[in-house]
Amino acid sequence: MSITEQESAEMKVVGTRISRPDGVDKVTGRARYGADLMLPGMLQGATLRSPHAHAKLISIDTSRAEALPGVKAVVTRDDFKDQPSEIVAAGELPVNYRDVVRNMMAREKVLYDGHPVAAVAATSMSVAKKALKLIQVEYEVLPHVINVVDAMKPGAPILDENLRTQGDESAPDTPTNISKRVQTGFGDVDAGFAAADIIVEREYDTEPVHQGYIEPQACVASYTEDGHAEIWVSTQGHFLIRSFTARLCGLDVSKLKVTPSEIGGGFGGKNNVYGEPIALALSRKAHRPVKMVMSRNEVFRATGPTSGANMKVKVGCTRDGKITAADAVLNYQAGAFPGSPVMQASMTAFACYALENVRVVGFDVVSNRPKVAAYRAPGAQVVAFGVESVMDEMAKKLNMDPVEFRLKNAAKEGVKASFGPTLGPVGLVECLEEIKSHPNYSVPLGPNQGRGVASGFWFNIGGETCVNMNLSEDGTVALMVGTPDIGGSRASMSMMAAEALGIDPKSVTVSVGDTNALGFNFLTAGSRTTFASGKATVEAAQKMILELRSRAAKIWDISVDAVVWEEGEARPASSNAGDFEPLTLAELAKKAPKTGGPIAGHAETNVQGAGPSYASQVADVEVDPETGQVKILRFTVAQDAGKAIHPSYVEGQYQGATAQGIGWALNEAYIYDENGRLENPNFLDYRVPVASDLPMIDSIIVEVPNPNHPYGVRGIGETSIIPVTAAIANAIESATGKRLLKLPMSPPEVLEAIEGNA
Amino acid sequence: MTKQHVTTSINGDEIEFLCETEQTLLDILRDELQFIGTKEGCGSGDCGACSVIVDGRLVCACLMLGVEAQGKKIETIEGIATKEELHPLQQKFIDHAALQCGFCTPGFLVASKALLEKNPNPTETEVRYWLAGNLCRCTGYDKIVRAVLDAAQEMRGASA
Ligand code: FES
Ligand code: FES
Repeated sequence: MSITEQESAEMKVVGTRISRPDGVDKVTGRARYGADLMLPGMLQGATLRSPHAHAKLISIDTSRAEALPGVKAVVTRDDFKDQPSEIVAAGELPVNYRDVVRNMMAREKVLYDGHPVAAVAATSMSVAKKALKLIQVEYEVLPHVINVVDAMKPGAPILDENLRTQGDESAPDTPTNISKRVQTGFGDVDAGFAAADIIVEREYDTEPVHQGYIEPQACVASYTEDGHAEIWVSTQGHFLIRSFTARLCGLDVSKLKVTPSEIGGGFGGKNNVYGEPIALALSRKAHRPVKMVMSRNEVFRATGPTSGANMKVKVGCTRDGKITAADAVLNYQAGAFPGSPVMQASMTAFACYALENVRVVGFDVVSNRPKVAAYRAPGAQVVAFGVESVMDEMAKKLNMDPVEFRLKNAAKEGVKASFGPTLGPVGLVECLEEIKSHPNYSVPLGPNQGRGVASGFWFNIGGETCVNMNLSEDGTVALMVGTPDIGGSRASMSMMAAEALGIDPKSVTVSVGDTNALGFNFLTAGSRTTFASGKATVEAAQKMILELRSRAAKIWDISVDAVVWEEGEARPASSNAGDFEPLTLAELAKKAPKTGGPIAGHAETNVQGAGPSYASQVADVEVDPETGQVKILRFTVAQDAGKAIHPSYVEGQYQGATAQGIGWALNEAYIYDENGRLENPNFLDYRVPVASDLPMIDSIIVEVPNPNHPYGVRGIGETSIIPVTAAIANAIESATGKRLLKLPMSPPEVLEAIEGNA
Repeated sequence: MTKQHVTTSINGDEIEFLCETEQTLLDILRDELQFIGTKEGCGSGDCGACSVIVDGRLVCACLMLGVEAQGKKIETIEGIATKEELHPLQQKFIDHAALQCGFCTPGFLVASKALLEKNPNPTETEVRYWLAGNLCRCTGYDKIVRAVLDAAQEMRGASA
């Protein structure tokens, strides 16, 4: 494990590797996740789902289910009010309330295999399942369309008769599956290509893949007769669950309390509502708490995979390796409702390069698949497969080392980013240099072995954040944040609080507050938690320190300006201020009742100034010429963290993101039959990487501080998934001489490529 | 419907329960007996989140019926630590940051314990293949494998 950390002399806690505060609960089985809450009188909920990819919903007869002993409530589309068209931010992707209510429970039509049609609550799961079989649904099956290119063709089955292409003046005023056209870029692309000596242009296809969190969606909802309600749920954003559920169930927002459970992975897939409003509607009807837990089959069929895409990428270059123009057309699957991450894809496509002429046109396309959800750097990972493959091919044509080629054209501070603004300090060059000098980049390769590199960029975000910090009477600190802890963020929060207060992180207990305990917090998404909740935590600590200084000033009867806070205690600023013994946090806490009452700090803010994070990677593979099987021999990641608060969990993010990318590259895909039914909705047939598929993943933490965070944090959760598929495709090309243009690069595909031109 | 009466041992305690014939051991552990540390990730034997040890053998609790627990000795995640301290595997998982969301962790710990009971000195490859039935989507397995190897080394030292 090689770590390049600049040991920072002034920081005592930040950058160390403490034991995470929730560790013991999680290794002993005490930690409670979404499905782990049991309430008295609780019922089991279950959902009836469409077996058809596309059909009119003619009628639903629930009378026989309702008559079954043990069934306490049944709900259908009739139990939810329709919602007008209104687009709101939900995590990293915008959604329309009109679609949210339809995705939660089908109304006029079912639009994909697995689309919810009705739900029941019963005294046991076996009764609930029997009840589902008694619900009679009359469908009128319609022609369906799965593939994105097919969905764009004239004459394709239309999902929504009212849909027109936004952002495209030339689009006809007729029904379409293309919901949106976006365009980004600047300069003169045609002139850029005219000035090029070499042009590479390729077309790529990728399949949707699932986030694959191991914990299925789960919640418990409880409605009381006076119109109050509570939901316990595994989610990345309980405040958004509250907004959406209150809206869909017609409740005042403040009457609904949402408590986040421990969360068993999300990766963007738990940014949205699925069963929560249904569970609440069932509870309202049954007058009892209702638990809804998805099966793995339901998770695959009806929760968000990410977009698959068809894309064309074209890059022009001078003979000495300077890029003159970059152009791409991206067709992104949105699933059954508009809202793919095609805008993010367009903006990030060429963000690793300093360009004068760049253009990306993107299309958002609906088809009869589950509505896509965010997945780790949504959109960026898909387009990077194409862009970073083309860049590799270009380097080969130029006879240049692929890292040198990237360094020559690298985006850096002062460069106008391909998505518009001028970049501040960023770490792409540093990442590329780390890769170049890493032993992985020079190990000799054997027969059938190859090496590939690729880079990636992600914005990271800030957003609405609210935290509370309370000083307890013994001098310990209780910190409450509103961003669910998905990968160890309570550890990093306790460390930042401890650093700011000058105390031991063990004296800080961090919890994730429910929606009544704090003001609105945006999701744990966009790599924002350690950045935004961390920044708010430091701000809260600073407010608490100001209060502590003023209490000490009161005790000493001097001005607050004459008191400083150092190493966890109040001290006179200088000998001029007076000769007083320092007052520790514990002493000030003890004296608090007599100096003005409880001492607290808080912050409520819309955090700005997220620092983009770049990554570069090198992959070594061995391709079995008999079977087409690709084995990952070595993998090294360099990513700019800005500052690693807890280096072990930063490495863990790099390694986890890389493993997901490896699954995406080699195995994972949604496979539909001719009727539009998902053929592989289980972990046996949708194969995510297991321990024996992978080597150790070497993680290099590059630290180019973000000037907008007190400790320099950027956000590290996402970028490392972006370059993986292209790094592996480039390595396969280096091993076999064959370039794969389609994901996944599964053994049959690789074998066909090898034998096709042999 | 008629429920079956089952007597079994869980983490050393004799336990009786009533069970529908189609309920799995996982349903019984979680829903009837509140051993919620054992997790359900798939219900089909593909993820290992429900790993328990039955009469010394590692099994997926979702693939075994509750009635089959009759007369058996079952160990779950809740039984791994002694009263005084964490099992070395548990401590090493924390030390190595071998968990992120922690949902897969009970299954990995139970499976790793079963491995080290059979093979106290596994190679990295042996650890990776033994744990290939347990899915983790967060960590990329790197730190899990290191934690298991480190725990094995410590346990060998302790028993030497
Ligand atoms: S829940 Fe038993 S193997 Fe997944
Ligand atoms: S730590 Fe999340 S699945 Fe393993």
